[in-house]
Amino acid sequence: MSTQQFTLDDLKRILIEGAGAEETVDLDGDILDADFEHLGYESLALLETGGRIEREYGITLDDDVLSESNTPRALIDAVNGQLGSGTQAAA
Amino acid sequence: MSAVVVTGLGVTAPNGLGVQDYWAATLAGKSGIGRITRFDPSQYPARLAGEIPGFAAEEHLPSRLLPQTDRMTRLALVAADWALEDAGIRPQDLPDSSMGVVTASSSGGFEFGQGELQALWSRGSQYVSAYQSFAWFYAVNSGQISIRHGMKGPSSVVVSDQAGGLDAVAQARRQIRKGTAVVVSGAVDASICPWGWVAQLAAQRLTTRDEPAQAYLPFDAAADGYVPGEGGALLVLESEESARSRDARIYGEVAGYAATFDPAPGSGRPPGLRRAIELALADARMEPGEIDVVFCDAAADPELDRVESEAITTVFGPNGVPVTAPKTMTGRLYSGAAPLDLATALLSLRDGVIPPTVHVTPWPEHTLDLVTDRPREAGLRSALVLARGHGGFNSAAIVRASA
Repeated sequence: MSTQQFTLDDLKRILIEGAGAEETVDLDGDILDADFEHLGYESLALLETGGRIEREYGITLDDDVLSESNTPRALIDAVNGQLGSGTQAAA
Repeated sequence: MSAVVVTGLGVTAPNGLGVQDYWAATLAGKSGIGRITRFDPSQYPARLAGEIPGFAAEEHLPSRLLPQTDRMTRLALVAADWALEDAGIRPQDLPDSSMGVVTASSSGGFEFGQGELQALWSRGSQYVSAYQSFAWFYAVNSGQISIRHGMKGPSSVVVSDQAGGLDAVAQARRQIRKGTAVVVSGAVDASICPWGWVAQLAAQRLTTRDEPAQAYLPFDAAADGYVPGEGGALLVLESEESARSRDARIYGEVAGYAATFDPAPGSGRPPGLRRAIELALADARMEPGEIDVVFCDAAADPELDRVESEAITTVFGPNGVPVTAPKTMTGRLYSGAAPLDLATALLSLRDGVIPPTVHVTPWPEHTLDLVTDRPREAGLRSALVLARGHGGFNSAAIVRASA
């Protein structure tokens, strides 16, 4: 496995590509522990985001991962878990 | 029963974006029909369409909506925004459940679906957008308008091809009579992409001519099919009582409506269009003589034109009422056509002028008083709008200036 790492910047880029950004939300703010729903992303946006992450990083995310990762931090950790880097999202 | 009135219009048409541009172009006889630019049409038997030029969705809609919407939905969302603004309605000030959305659709989001099918074939299922789950769907325009404005009252979609545009407005009228305060209704269709195009070709009613000014010729001896277009209109409907209580500008009343279905071919029974006109008149409690202008369906198929002119002349007499088809400037917009005609009819009532049917030399046998070449000024109190859908749908609606 590579030591590729999935970061908050990667997630933001993929969210914006796949689902756009809510006008009232500042994705450059402190969002790591914000609820995706509060960031304006519903389950379908997360499904699309998950699909894009899988494509780009060549991994497979369990359905539970997407439904249970309610925050950027949780999703980033889950993706990095799959990537084998074990890197936790930076605080 | 309180009258149901139209207080807001939003138009996206090949010859004009927004009510003002569209109405100015329509009175000037400016056509939006041309050779298809959005894909190379040279290998297809039909190559003309009414495309909407210069529509940049990102200038009107938030980025959140762009990845999940087909072109028809983007146009519909913008038309709905404009219609609400025109009506002076701020949805956030009204109770969610007091507002509904009823649109029509004839094909759903073909262009979005085509992109996802291409992704599926060429790259695999991982590359298909999650938003394909609804972006192609007939009901998606109603859904997206409802979500954008928090309209949680009665909402639905009607699918009956071109007749659907009137059927949706009739359904909106029912919901208002049952107590919903505001309903956004009408339709926008847009499927000028290769996949959408082959689906339209399948009906074999498109003209194969290449000269835009000699292509879509309803009621002309040379009629040989129609040019399709994209776009349509959304209208804000509410009860007259509610419109008056907030001093809203009222374009007119949706005074009558009826829908009929043609008998099976070979049954020997007559087509249903005439009956739709008669039933709509009865619904409006009006006599034929009270109709000041007819916005016709204008199929540009010799047989369908004959059926329509016969229905009109049977009810109104030969040359008995001015008839027009401003859709000769936009092409047939499927479910978007009749709501655009309703909007056009209401503008006609407002300004006392009938927009022209362009490029057509009426075949005398039709005995229609077709308004051709230039607008005709007239005192107008009411208009009849006709729409037919492929497979036998006939709908008729009457709009009347408010007393």
